[in-house]
Amino acid sequence: VTVVVGYIPDKFGDAALDAGIEEARRRSTGVVIVNATKGDALIDRRYLGEAGMTGLEQRLADLDLPHEVRQAMGSDVAEEILKVVRDSDAQVLVIGIRHRTPVGKMIMGSVAQQVLLDAPCPVLAVKPSP
Amino acid sequence: MDTLNLLVDGLQSALTLENLAYASIGVILGTFVGVLPGIGPAMAVALLLPVTFGLEPTQSMIMFAGIYYGGMYGGSTTSILLNTPGESASVMTAIEGNKMAKRGRAAQALATAAIGSFIAGTIGTLLVAFFTPSIAEQAVKIGAPSYFAIMLLAMVLVSSVLGASRLRGFIGLFLGLTIGLIGLDLSTAQPRLTAGSLELADGIDIVVVAVGVFAVGEALWTAAHLRRRPVDVIPVGRPFMGRGDWGRSWKPWLRGTALGFPFGAVPAGGAETPTFLSYVTERKLAGRDSEFGEGAIEGVAGPEAANNASAAGMFVPLLALGLPVTATAAVLLAAMQSYGIIPGPTLMADQPELVWTLLASLLIGNTLLLVINLPLAPLWARLLRIPRPQLYAGILFFAALGAYSVNQDPFDMAVLLVFGALGFAIRRFGIPVLPLILGVILGPLMEVKMREALDLSGGEVSGLFNEGLALFVYALVVLAIVVPIVLGRRAAPERVLEQEEVDR
Repeated sequence: VTVVVGYIPDKFGDAALDAGIEEARRRSTGVVIVNATKGDALIDRRYLGEAGMTGLEQRLADLDLPHEVRQAMGSDVAEEILKVVRDSDAQVLVIGIRHRTPVGKMIMGSVAQQVLLDAPCPVLAVKPSP
Repeated sequence: MDTLNLLVDGLQSALTLENLAYASIGVILGTFVGVLPGIGPAMAVALLLPVTFGLEPTQSMIMFAGIYYGGMYGGSTTSILLNTPGESASVMTAIEGNKMAKRGRAAQALATAAIGSFIAGTIGTLLVAFFTPSIAEQAVKIGAPSYFAIMLLAMVLVSSVLGASRLRGFIGLFLGLTIGLIGLDLSTAQPRLTAGSLELADGIDIVVVAVGVFAVGEALWTAAHLRRRPVDVIPVGRPFMGRGDWGRSWKPWLRGTALGFPFGAVPAGGAETPTFLSYVTERKLAGRDSEFGEGAIEGVAGPEAANNASAAGMFVPLLALGLPVTATAAVLLAAMQSYGIIPGPTLMADQPELVWTLLASLLIGNTLLLVINLPLAPLWARLLRIPRPQLYAGILFFAALGAYSVNQDPFDMAVLLVFGALGFAIRRFGIPVLPLILGVILGPLMEVKMREALDLSGGEVSGLFNEGLALFVYALVVLAIVVPIVLGRRAAPERVLEQEEVDR
């Protein structure tokens, strides 16, 4: 019973992380942070490297909150996030959402949309403060 | 100063707008394929072969030479920024280069690699221009038996000296030789290994073999290992060097050049050995309390220079003897053949314009590389974000297009798939590609020489041994087989380390 945060190292991910931490405090539970990649390119900026992981761990350690960071790889990033949601029996899933043009959405698909539609729990979708 | 005049003439014909454009395309494409691991200049040239049939031979050779140099350079970018060498010749660069990058000296590492490559490539190309004519002059006098022996030596060296295992090397070589045998016998027109198929009677086009083994094979291999953890990239700005870096770099550049060129020029060359030697030399010269192990600029400057000098050295046997010593050179040789140019000692005399324009455009391509790569390094690093499915879909498209366009024969598509499967298999079982492709391309040429020698002697086997040079080369062949076995027994542990890197 916990709060799951879909995290990528950019402002959208940070917004989701902030909201997730707040949500976990409110519910007095812990956070599970999931960072997933398709793993089909040599470099994926949305996947945490060594430095990114230590940075994130550091930030969480300062919080005094039960936490766990998971990294996942699979053909479908949304499915990898949902797997973690199911595994950890999450109360709520927090994700960051962004604008996508219709064409961009058609070509790239939308992880957020798929997560929203398929999640077994309520989803909290946040935007970075402008 | 005859050579100098010819080179200036070559420069003049290379400096037309059109040729410069082809050189730029080649250099950019070469860097592109060099940066991406798994895709090398050999594959790029093989893929482009059919596309360039419409061009003048000189222009396509200019482009291919650009791809070759560019590929050698591009590999260093990946090594330094990712610790993932783009091609085997950059393995040694990765050791110190990546450590430099991790310490925030990526810009200096890239700069010393680029400038070192430029200097080594330029010196190397000039050496090619000065050596090749005199070697070719001597080579014309070589008779068929000696020629046969030299080719045999090249094959043995490539199969047994390079790579992790002699057995695997020879498996590759014999696979290649077998493929080269398919088709009609040269003098009696008997079908060989055709299984009664009419399509196979013409032999298998080298383009189809090369595209299948390099492009389709690599695509299948990548498809089988599609998902891998993304690696950490080190952000980089525009490469530059401080005064101290220049002072520490110039000696390794020159030493690397001196090591790389001769290794590139002999059949056992390849860039792996000289880059390794250069790295070891620099580490020894730097002494104990050096930065080695924590990102020493010397460890980048030396191997990168050696790498490009050996890339240049490769042109000596290719132009003077028609003898390829790297996979890319083998494909270049196939390109020449497809234009009806006969590579060999007579090339210099028959096609002086082609040779000198090519050499001149190598010099130009080298300069272009420096101009293009120094400012564009951050852009090249972004290429690494291309998802593999999209990238390899494009490669497969070009592979199929190329293989079909050679003869406009659907049968070639089937052959392409067969060689794609073979390419996958040799990667799976760790069989080196170079002996295989050398067998395919050099095998038939070697047979011509053997037949010539035997015809002269009326079928007597002694006809193969009746020249002093041939006997001398056979002695070298024996040495090439025996010496590694003896050395391997003595210095086993050290070799293992080297072999792992070479085998990549």
